[in-house]
Amino acid sequence: MLESPSHIPGNKPKQLGWSFWISVGWLGLVILAAIFANLLPLPSPDTVGVGAPFAGPSLAHLLGTDELGRDILSRIIFGSRVSLILGFASIAIGTLIGGSLGLVSGYLGGPFDSISNALAYIILAFPPLLLLLAIAAFSPPTLLKLVLEFAFLSIAPLFRVVRAATISISSRDFVQAAYALGASRTRILIREVLPNVASSIVSYALLGIAIVIVGEGSLAFLGLSISLPAPSWGNMIAEGRTFLSTDPWISLFPTIAMFSVLLALNLIADKLSARLDVREAQL
Amino acid sequence: MKTLALKISTRLAILAGVLLVVSAGVFFLIHLLPGNPAYAILGPGATPYAVAKITKQLGLDKPLLTQYVTWLGRMLQGNLGTSYITNQSVSSAIGHALPVDIELVILSQIISFAIAVPLAMAAAQRPGGLIDRAATAMSLGGLSLPAFVVGVPLVLIFAVVIHLFPATGYTPLLSNPVSNLHDMILPSITLAIGSIAIYFRLLRGDLIATLKEDFVSLARSKGLTRRQIMYRHVLRPSTFSLMTATAINVGSLIGGAVVVEYLFDLPGMGLLLVNSIYARDYLMAQGVILTLAALFVLVNFLVDILYHIVDPRVRNA
Repeated sequence: MLESPSHIPGNKPKQLGWSFWISVGWLGLVILAAIFANLLPLPSPDTVGVGAPFAGPSLAHLLGTDELGRDILSRIIFGSRVSLILGFASIAIGTLIGGSLGLVSGYLGGPFDSISNALAYIILAFPPLLLLLAIAAFSPPTLLKLVLEFAFLSIAPLFRVVRAATISISSRDFVQAAYALGASRTRILIREVLPNVASSIVSYALLGIAIVIVGEGSLAFLGLSISLPAPSWGNMIAEGRTFLSTDPWISLFPTIAMFSVLLALNLIADKLSARLDVREAQL
Repeated sequence: MKTLALKISTRLAILAGVLLVVSAGVFFLIHLLPGNPAYAILGPGATPYAVAKITKQLGLDKPLLTQYVTWLGRMLQGNLGTSYITNQSVSSAIGHALPVDIELVILSQIISFAIAVPLAMAAAQRPGGLIDRAATAMSLGGLSLPAFVVGVPLVLIFAVVIHLFPATGYTPLLSNPVSNLHDMILPSITLAIGSIAIYFRLLRGDLIATLKEDFVSLARSKGLTRRQIMYRHVLRPSTFSLMTATAINVGSLIGGAVVVEYLFDLPGMGLLLVNSIYARDYLMAQGVILTLAALFVLVNFLVDILYHIVDPRVRNA
């Protein structure tokens, strides 16, 4: 993030390193498990009493069972679906809208740029989790509503990041050269600017996914996310908390799952942006 | 100084605009409720008399704009209404809850700076060195530990395994400050983890950049020690993104505080909000949301002004 490789002697060119590839592998594994959860040899996540309640990790139940005798591993794998769908879907929408607006706004400049930038400032002037809680208070959340809410919240920050990257790329010589050669604006934007900002978009989008997963996790922890029959990590952590003194693994395992996925996302984003030497403008 | 006055008045105008937009947003929340808001607010056992009374009180029969203006006028006088669930005045409930959040946020920020600043200075002295690499790696972990994730192991270690701090409970600051601090330490640490990571990363980067400036070489050639250079010349010009980040961070701290209060059962705004959402106490929820949002906007405004005062480059620009 704030990694400026040029400041670190002997560290250039920046390698992605083993931690990057482990993170990619872990994230891939988690996503595959979420997609093919139905095919895995797991008991159903909602069936009560597939094992004795409060059983510790064993061969039959690798991560043990919870207070109702449900299989924790199965609940973690099925529970990842909400987090992952929400994270990827909302950030995909947010990146598409915020990213294209940022690209056009940063490249064109002028009144369009000033207006959209001012709008982004106003949207950013509201604490995001508070907005989600406010909407949840007055209108019960569904998966679609949450995707749209998180997508909306992600537009302004992604807009700002892409706009900043576009502005810095647009002033480079090769863009000027393309302009001098008579290339059209659209062509310059798509063929010259976009490929150069694409990697920073990817790195911020990954960061965005981590933030959305935290947001949904916080809502679920408070019992204000989607009330699905299937579990989610946030409400597993909240439920298991009651038994922390006697059976800590019930909330500890979903905690570890959440941490490992967030760490993988943050690490991938961090390594990518360090390699690109993009200065972080937004938190 | 003339430009500063001009800047402050521009910012004041923007502040007023943002507050207006935010208040309108919060006002319209009531209208997200399905059907007649009066029935939703009063709950299933609503009598026609009560419905008529609340319709009149909230002006629900008047045009939307009139409703908003009346509502805004009342809010500005500090009258946030009365909860129909607990019959408690919303402003007095907020008056009791808000100090908990303020204390929680301030304590967490003191902890964050106390850890992040020295750590960043140590790391920036030798970029790529052992301290730097270890702290940078740990900060990435800190970024991946939101309150509801880090809270569980913290409670497990410090409240369940070694009984150092209580898992839940709250003593008001004024009734017993020592016991209050004892109750607040674990929640504050939980809230601080994310901030420590963010502040460390920002300050480390800025310190490294500042250390490359010409005036640092000059200071070095004057024979100043590393420590003198760091404290006298480098720290202050490196703190501007830290200040901005602190302001932006207040937003996530408000969100984090909600989770932390729920986790540790602290009677602050977050718990008040979550409980009023569960109880469908809409007027209470609306009041809490409005107060938190307005506070957030105000804090950002103050930090922005502070920024102009501290940084001579911004001040004279």
